[in-house]
Amino acid sequence: MSDELLKPDELIANIEPAPPRKGWMDTPINIRKGMYCYASNHKSVASLDLPNARPWNPLEDDWKLPENWKDIIFNGFRERLDKFRSFKVFMDICVRCGACADKCHFFIGSGDPKNMPVLRAELLRSIYRNDFTTAGKVFGKMVGAREMTMDVLKEWWYYLFQCTECRRCSVFCPYGIDTAEITIMGRELLNLLGLNIDWIATPIANCNRTGNHLGIQPHAFKDMLDFFVEDIEEITGITVEPQYNKKGADILFITPSGDVFADPGTYTCMGYMLYFHFLKEKYGLDVTWSTYASEGGNFGLFTSHEMMKRLNSKMYAEAKRLGVKWILGGECGHMWRVINQYMDTMNGPTDFMEEPVSPITGTKFENAKSTKMVHIAEFTADLIKHGKLDLDKSRNDHLKVTFHDSCNPARAMGMLDEPRYVINNVCNHFYEMPSNTIREQTFCCGSGAGLNAGENLELRMMGGLPRANAVKHVHEKYGVNTLSCVCAIDRAALPPLMEYWVPEVEVNGLHEMVANALIIPGENERTTDLRGEPLAGMEGDDVE
Amino acid sequence: MKLGNILSQKKSTIVKKWFDSVAKTYAEDTAKFLKNQADPFANPVGGSLSTGLEALMDELIQGMHRETIVSFLDPIIRIRAVQAFTPSKATAFIFKLKQVIRQSIAGELKEKEIADELLTFEIKIDELALIAFDIYVECREKIYELQANEMKNRTYSAFKRANLVSEIE
Repeated sequence: MSDELLKPDELIANIEPAPPRKGWMDTPINIRKGMYCYASNHKSVASLDLPNARPWNPLEDDWKLPENWKDIIFNGFRERLDKFRSFKVFMDICVRCGACADKCHFFIGSGDPKNMPVLRAELLRSIYRNDFTTAGKVFGKMVGAREMTMDVLKEWWYYLFQCTECRRCSVFCPYGIDTAEITIMGRELLNLLGLNIDWIATPIANCNRTGNHLGIQPHAFKDMLDFFVEDIEEITGITVEPQYNKKGADILFITPSGDVFADPGTYTCMGYMLYFHFLKEKYGLDVTWSTYASEGGNFGLFTSHEMMKRLNSKMYAEAKRLGVKWILGGECGHMWRVINQYMDTMNGPTDFMEEPVSPITGTKFENAKSTKMVHIAEFTADLIKHGKLDLDKSRNDHLKVTFHDSCNPARAMGMLDEPRYVINNVCNHFYEMPSNTIREQTFCCGSGAGLNAGENLELRMMGGLPRANAVKHVHEKYGVNTLSCVCAIDRAALPPLMEYWVPEVEVNGLHEMVANALIIPGENERTTDLRGEPLAGMEGDDVE
Repeated sequence: MKLGNILSQKKSTIVKKWFDSVAKTYAEDTAKFLKNQADPFANPVGGSLSTGLEALMDELIQGMHRETIVSFLDPIIRIRAVQAFTPSKATAFIFKLKQVIRQSIAGELKEKEIADELLTFEIKIDELALIAFDIYVECREKIYELQANEMKNRTYSAFKRANLVSEIE
């Protein structure tokens, strides 16, 4: 890094670039600029009544911890071992076979051994052995145990926020250890001491206050969608009329706020609006947006299970208040891990909604029978399968598309074929990346789990390298110019990633392409896509 | 062009040693992974090194086409520009090639003609280092540009949302 420039004499002394050959426990922690996110804002932490709200800086020696911090960690660890059987099992059963070691995008990109999932987990396991096992208490370092110290705590903080909880490593673990759950537990313990990062702490404080991570108030949320109404009218000649907070609507639609406020997710949002307009005009589908449940994402997942539950509860609360039949969820990554794996036990099961059935095709979404919440890609795939959408695929002919499986929809809910089915029905040019980089084995964008900040860009670029490398391959082989995905964090994280590694490739969302292809009764002849880019064959036309 | 022939014959050994010297700039376990995982999608760092170093060696022997050199050197430097290296450590591997070559052809170097040719050849390695310097700086500038743009966009959107900017209609 150029901001670590050495003086000439230091340079000569350091030119031999070999790293020190020491065991991992003896390799000291070096918190490097570009690799970590800023510390949580104390006002955000205080507003949620979370412990130890105070200004602090990870680069300073004193992290301003309570005097009894070791006891807090010990008790927190014990409580979680008792409460979560999986955590206890994951602490005990790893045989350090190494199957996961080279599967993490952060290890592959950074080359830092402490980013091997097994070693990242050892950061916690070493303390577990020391404090909670007889062998560890007796034999200490010989059996991989060590005492909790300030350096260990700093190491936890540094490396647990270099894990995106993507769970690629768990696919390869012969014991099924979910290393993401170890990171989740580790972050919970850190939060007991007020050691969060601000890219998580402030969004959760915002979400608790205004309903979404960005802190957008209801009127601004509506204003933004109204801007899109104007843009859509300009491009298609159609005036869409989104419904807000409508009591008695059939379906409540919840999507990440990133799609409402951050390019290029905004084009996906315009896509949803046009799509719902079509479904309303043609089939009478009654969908409402909510300015209260205005966030699908849930950064509580990256903080603690209590916080996740607290932020998630607004989905059902709003569904109950509006009296909808079921909930339709937009394109998001971790939102679906929360919904698919945790919502039903945290805040459900609900007794005030119906089992989701598509009012247009009659299809029962059995997988969502209990949660009452359906993924929009499944809903759309079902409509296409039944021939209910009028599509002109050629309107996406200017796009040569590849698909990035977002980690959570792929690995946490097994949604692999639905997005591909949709893409193949709205695009003529679709190319898959190599098989060991997609579907269950998909590589993370490198910025999930709250790590999509600006100050840790080196970390994000390294973590996203394996993904970008596969995109580069299909770009060079097939001329791919579009990386599509079903996740709002991806849509924020992948554009800079592409700009650094494969600048010729742009990022879009699935329903942006659906809306491009959708033939809407009464629309003007389309000359551009939703971004105002000319359609294939229209490049020479004067687009006003 | 005696040296060219010798280097062509010993190319695979030289490239392998060169690769090993780059791998040694990482921790021991990482070096093993970089060397042993042959799939370029599972190991993009090792993949770009093995493809890149061989192609760069070809360029040094056969001719110095800047475009070709950049196409193979860029992926290697682009990676090292974001990893935990100082600028000198990120690019030092290029000078390492001099040492690798001198060790690999120690016997032949006793011949004056070859030793003279090697001095000229080493100037080309220096040129390679200068190109690496250009690429490294370009990558770092890109990182700062991305950071600046992210900040600019965020601020602009906030102003726009608060109706504090008026755009030309």
